[in-house]
Amino acid sequence: MSDVTRTIEAVWKIESTRLIAALARVTRDIGIAEELAQDALVVALERWPEEGIPENPAAWLMTAAKRRAIDSLRRGQMLVQQHEEIARELQVQQQRLGEAMDQALDQVIDDDVLRLIFTACHPVLAVEGRVALTLRLIGGLTTAEIARAFLVPEKTMGQRIFRAKKTLSEAHVPFETPRGDELRRRLKSVLSVVYLIFNEGHTATSGEEWMRAALCDEALRLGRMLVQLLPGESEIHALLALMELNASRTAARRGSNGQAVLLPDQDRSLWDGAQIQRGMTALEDAQRLGGGARPYALQAAIAACHMSARTAEETDWDRIVLLYDALMQTTPSPIVALNRAVAVGMAQGPAAGLDALDAIATPSADSSLAGYHLLHSVRGDLLMKMGRFPEAREEIRRAIALTQNLREQELLTERLKQMEKAATST
Amino acid sequence: MRFMMMVIPKGNGSAAPHAVSSAEAVAKMMEYNKTLQKAGILLALDGLFPPSTGARISLVDGKATVTDGPFLEAKEVIGGYWIIQVRSREEAIEWAKRAPMSNNEVIEVRQIHEMPDFPEDVQKAAEGFEHQNAVNR
Repeated sequence: MSDVTRTIEAVWKIESTRLIAALARVTRDIGIAEELAQDALVVALERWPEEGIPENPAAWLMTAAKRRAIDSLRRGQMLVQQHEEIARELQVQQQRLGEAMDQALDQVIDDDVLRLIFTACHPVLAVEGRVALTLRLIGGLTTAEIARAFLVPEKTMGQRIFRAKKTLSEAHVPFETPRGDELRRRLKSVLSVVYLIFNEGHTATSGEEWMRAALCDEALRLGRMLVQLLPGESEIHALLALMELNASRTAARRGSNGQAVLLPDQDRSLWDGAQIQRGMTALEDAQRLGGGARPYALQAAIAACHMSARTAEETDWDRIVLLYDALMQTTPSPIVALNRAVAVGMAQGPAAGLDALDAIATPSADSSLAGYHLLHSVRGDLLMKMGRFPEAREEIRRAIALTQNLREQELLTERLKQMEKAATST
Repeated sequence: MRFMMMVIPKGNGSAAPHAVSSAEAVAKMMEYNKTLQKAGILLALDGLFPPSTGARISLVDGKATVTDGPFLEAKEVIGGYWIIQVRSREEAIEWAKRAPMSNNEVIEVRQIHEMPDFPEDVQKAAEGFEHQNAVNR
């Protein structure tokens, strides 16, 4: 790729969101808006290498998009142009379109970007469609990049994006920011899309390393954007806090051989202090806005407990148990209950942890957790701490059989070895 | 990728200790800062007092020597910085180009080292450094 092409790509990543958002205000269709923006990019790719990068690239791209829009309007009506009346009407339409676009150019307002985000995350779309559209329209990622991030063929991702745009168009989804209760409800969808993007980068264990890091960074960027656009919404601050705190451990999550390193065993000096600080600040903002008891804030507070402990032993497990109790109130789930049992085991000893675990699922019982490898690995850990080695081994073996994830299998196999060592030395 | 954008203002080396920018210049700068914020890329920023209030500590013949500001011989002195998180060097440069600058002012863009960029022996040597000090308890 030449220097100019790379620069154009950078300009595109910076400008495309606002460009598409402004165009969508005029066209009322984000599919058409994106096409026009893409057309403008093509023109830029042709002309900028010769003419140089314009002083105001955003204005240049908008002007190019406007020309394309008027061209296509003209082409579409060419056939009927022999009627004078229609020709006049066309002229009026062109002028109106031109004026609307000039105006859009003058006042690309933040609301447009917000509308774009809400539209891309509209509940009428399947979740995977929301994710793809968000990365494409607000993240400025190419279809190829998104496809690589989600390990699907580029063609599949292209169809997914195409379908999503078509669905929005057919459902006549208005290009607007919802208000009042509707805003709260729709914001949930937006935040879950952002968190999904983050987790895809943070916890997926397959795929290219740099692409996954890019997903985390993009989710964080979206979080920071949203905080600016809707500063009064505590859940946005809370989600940003949760992502910053979780991302701050990235460098410590892999050992020198690429193996996974779990939180208690991480070298805490590798945690990113500046990022932890940003996470703590965002969490304080969420709490200050009165949203401290909402799900993302509680999860962020739990992360904050871990991040502010100098060593794993110094972790305030009592507080973590309380936070999980609160989380069980707002968003009860087997996973939350499982994590709570781990915390109880740390705070009150393995026997109490085992009790908490058995309260949610006995291993033989037919529950949603029975086939879940973490249930068995947590049980195995607790049993090991209680010195019940044969049962512990059995649980870990079951966990190994249940997980498809290679890294987790490695981790569990390693634990089994340690267990056998501990069993023979007692 | 994180980048530091450093502002090197013209004549900063000899500016008066409490020289402040005009309200108009500050307003422009705030607008730019806001743009960075809204783009979701701004991680940190600070402005520095002029060098006339600073000091330079240099090692001469194994001895630390202190020179008080202003530093008349220094042509380029940093006046402030932004830390941004972007996806490429080109993007950092494009953002720097959008900063409000007066004539002959310079912005230097430099990528920030991340730990995985270092060879393993360097990473080992850096082990145990308490980043945690920065965290409120």
